[in-house]
Amino acid sequence: MKQQLIVSGIGGQGVLFLTRVIAQAAVNRQMPVLTAETHGMAQRGGTVLSTIKVGDFASPLIRAGQADVGLLLWEANLPVHRSLLRAEGRLLVNAAGAGEGQRIDASGIARDLGSAVLANLVLLGLAIRQKALFCSAGECETAIRQLAPVKLADQNLAAFRKGLQG
Amino acid sequence: MTDKDNQLLMGNEAIGQGLIEAGCQVAAAYPGTPSTEILQAVIDRAELAPEPLHIEWSVNEKIAFEVALAASYTGKRAAAVMKQVGLNVAADPFMRTAYLGVKGGMLTIVADDPGPHSSQNEQDTRLFCLQARVPVLDPASPAEAKSLVPVGFDLSERYEVNVVLRPTTRICHSRQNIVQQQPQRLERTAHFQKDPTRWAATPAFLPALHRKLNQHLAEIAREPGLQPQLTPGNGSRPRLAMVASGIVYSHLVDLLEELDLPRCCDLYQVIMPYPMNPDFCHQLHRAYDRVLILEETYPVIELQLAHPGAVGKQSGAVPREGELTPDVVHQVLADFLELSPPAELPAERRGQRPSLCPGCPHRAAFYNIKACFPKGIFPSDIGCYTLGMNLGAVNTVHCMGACISQGAGFYHAYAQDGEVPTIVVTIGDSTFFHAGIPALINAVIQQARIIVVILDNATTAMTGGQPVPHMGIAAGGKETRAVAIEPLVKASGVDFLEVCDPYDQEQFKTLLQQADAYTRRPDGGVAVLISRHGCIMDRAVRSGQPAFKISIDEHCVGCRKCVEAFECPALSMDPISGKAVVSQDRCIGCGVCIPVCPVDAIGKEDKA
Ligand code: SF4
Ligand code: SF4
Repeated sequence: MKQQLIVSGIGGQGVLFLTRVIAQAAVNRQMPVLTAETHGMAQRGGTVLSTIKVGDFASPLIRAGQADVGLLLWEANLPVHRSLLRAEGRLLVNAAGAGEGQRIDASGIARDLGSAVLANLVLLGLAIRQKALFCSAGECETAIRQLAPVKLADQNLAAFRKGLQG
Repeated sequence: MTDKDNQLLMGNEAIGQGLIEAGCQVAAAYPGTPSTEILQAVIDRAELAPEPLHIEWSVNEKIAFEVALAASYTGKRAAAVMKQVGLNVAADPFMRTAYLGVKGGMLTIVADDPGPHSSQNEQDTRLFCLQARVPVLDPASPAEAKSLVPVGFDLSERYEVNVVLRPTTRICHSRQNIVQQQPQRLERTAHFQKDPTRWAATPAFLPALHRKLNQHLAEIAREPGLQPQLTPGNGSRPRLAMVASGIVYSHLVDLLEELDLPRCCDLYQVIMPYPMNPDFCHQLHRAYDRVLILEETYPVIELQLAHPGAVGKQSGAVPREGELTPDVVHQVLADFLELSPPAELPAERRGQRPSLCPGCPHRAAFYNIKACFPKGIFPSDIGCYTLGMNLGAVNTVHCMGACISQGAGFYHAYAQDGEVPTIVVTIGDSTFFHAGIPALINAVIQQARIIVVILDNATTAMTGGQPVPHMGIAAGGKETRAVAIEPLVKASGVDFLEVCDPYDQEQFKTLLQQADAYTRRPDGGVAVLISRHGCIMDRAVRSGQPAFKISIDEHCVGCRKCVEAFECPALSMDPISGKAVVSQDRCIGCGVCIPVCPVDAIGKEDKA
């Protein structure tokens, strides 16, 4: 089983946390995983991209047209990162309006839960609901519990479930 | 394997873990992307170390290197960690160390940034090592980076040489399942064996030391464990070979797999790009007509191989600049193997540019500097505040500490002609300690008339908040003696010194005008204004300041000033109404934007 994923957003949206949750789910399955992340200047509100490769890979980067799944937290990144996705790849977008891919107003839902940065886990919930990822809802919840600060774990799980249930 | 043994670690964390496991007892670094998390990982794991471990965020890379070096003289294992341009700062001791050598294992970990993603250039540390005559290891994955830490220490101890480990951004900031091991207990006590012919070598002793270095390098080049690793081809292309090192090797492996071309020809992974085994070079000359060479960023292996059939950067087949991403490698490989070319890549589009955070105190400072001196010259420096560029208040960014000396240089060049524009230099607090102090003293004694604004946000913000000397906190939150900025400025001979919170915009502007007047007085000189307000990423700063509910009313005339000239990311223009809107997700309610609006359309109320 191999899967290549991208997580796209802007600095401050929790792209790194979402990347780690997905990668941790792979680790928990004893699967090899590689990620590449954006750190440094771009984290100050600029466009950031993570790649995740689950299965037997050597490089953490993804070629154009090779990603199986795209999780876009920032709709305006579509023209920038769309080309990484396969023609038949699954695209999940945090957006209030209509458009390409499967969409959810993750930021709006997260805001109602008290913090816009929870949009990352709402979007993850949608991806699981759409059966786009290699892992199950239960595996995501385990990974979230492992990685979230204890104080925020319940809130994080609530966000994930909102996306999961729709 | 238990979960604890097999963890998802970032390359930098893996290297930090490797340092602890290898019995490193002194680790010193100056933060810089992409290297920063290495020392942070050592700090986070310090209690796993079975023996005493000194960890420091040094004031700069030269100091970090020298601290680690002397610790190695005592027989203990030590590491200095920096980004690639940090090695330029540490170049002086680094070069001499090649000749004098070390005692306990000394590893210099230098993270390169092909691209570059977050650096002022994409220089190649391996080329630096070639000129310095220092062995360098080039890992192809986070796991390999970790495994090369003990290998490097071992090599360093056997030959008494400094060894460089060179990860790149894609190693540093990649995560992978990593197996952890029990830390080694080396049981060494500090013992400095005095030997002036070595540790204080005068020119008389240097030819002999140089000779010994060259002998060692010849032997190291043939070290059995560090030879190029061959994956033999299937014989279908007998006179072709591929040579790759670092992360590009991994890109190539995946690509060959995906194109269903594994073992299409002999493939070598170079682990130690310098010194290279001359036997390997001869063998490549003999056995192959054409050799594809893939490496980042400069043609270091290619230069040493000097193969007449080399296909690489020198020959023009491989791009000479930028990151060798899998897409670039695909193109190069298709040419080399005469495959059908890959689909044309869509033109690269830039995403959203980064900007100073909403509520960042630097924005308040920059906006008012620009407002006071629209025709000023603004040298600046390395850090978050480089983003003052977006406000038109940063005209030069060069290297750590350069802004003050550049400000002085601008002054002298203009002063020769008479009229001098106002020169406002901006430098962060960490950068000021790193390399700003000698430059400030120089500006004073050379009688430059410039304004130096020290942007004091009480942290090294760009790299994630490492401690700065004036806060009295050392690595890991340990308390230490604080070294304040003000007395340093005064002792540097500066007679105009003011401190102001840039959120107090009226006062800040008044002080800027006073500073300008001072630089123009007959007895004037360098004026220093400390702009002091904590980094807004620091939770304590956020919770310690009032947060208002900000809104923009119907009076907005859509002039875009708050969005463009002030550039708070929480403000944008609504395409439908043509008026500015506040994103409540991003606004922190600092209220700094209020006076920016020419028609007073931005208002605040207390949060319910
Ligand atoms: S109050 Fe104004 S300046 Fe401060 S964060 Fe909000 S929009 Fe930006
Ligand atoms: S809020 Fe004020 S500064 Fe911003 S666009 Fe409207 S009128 Fe201009």
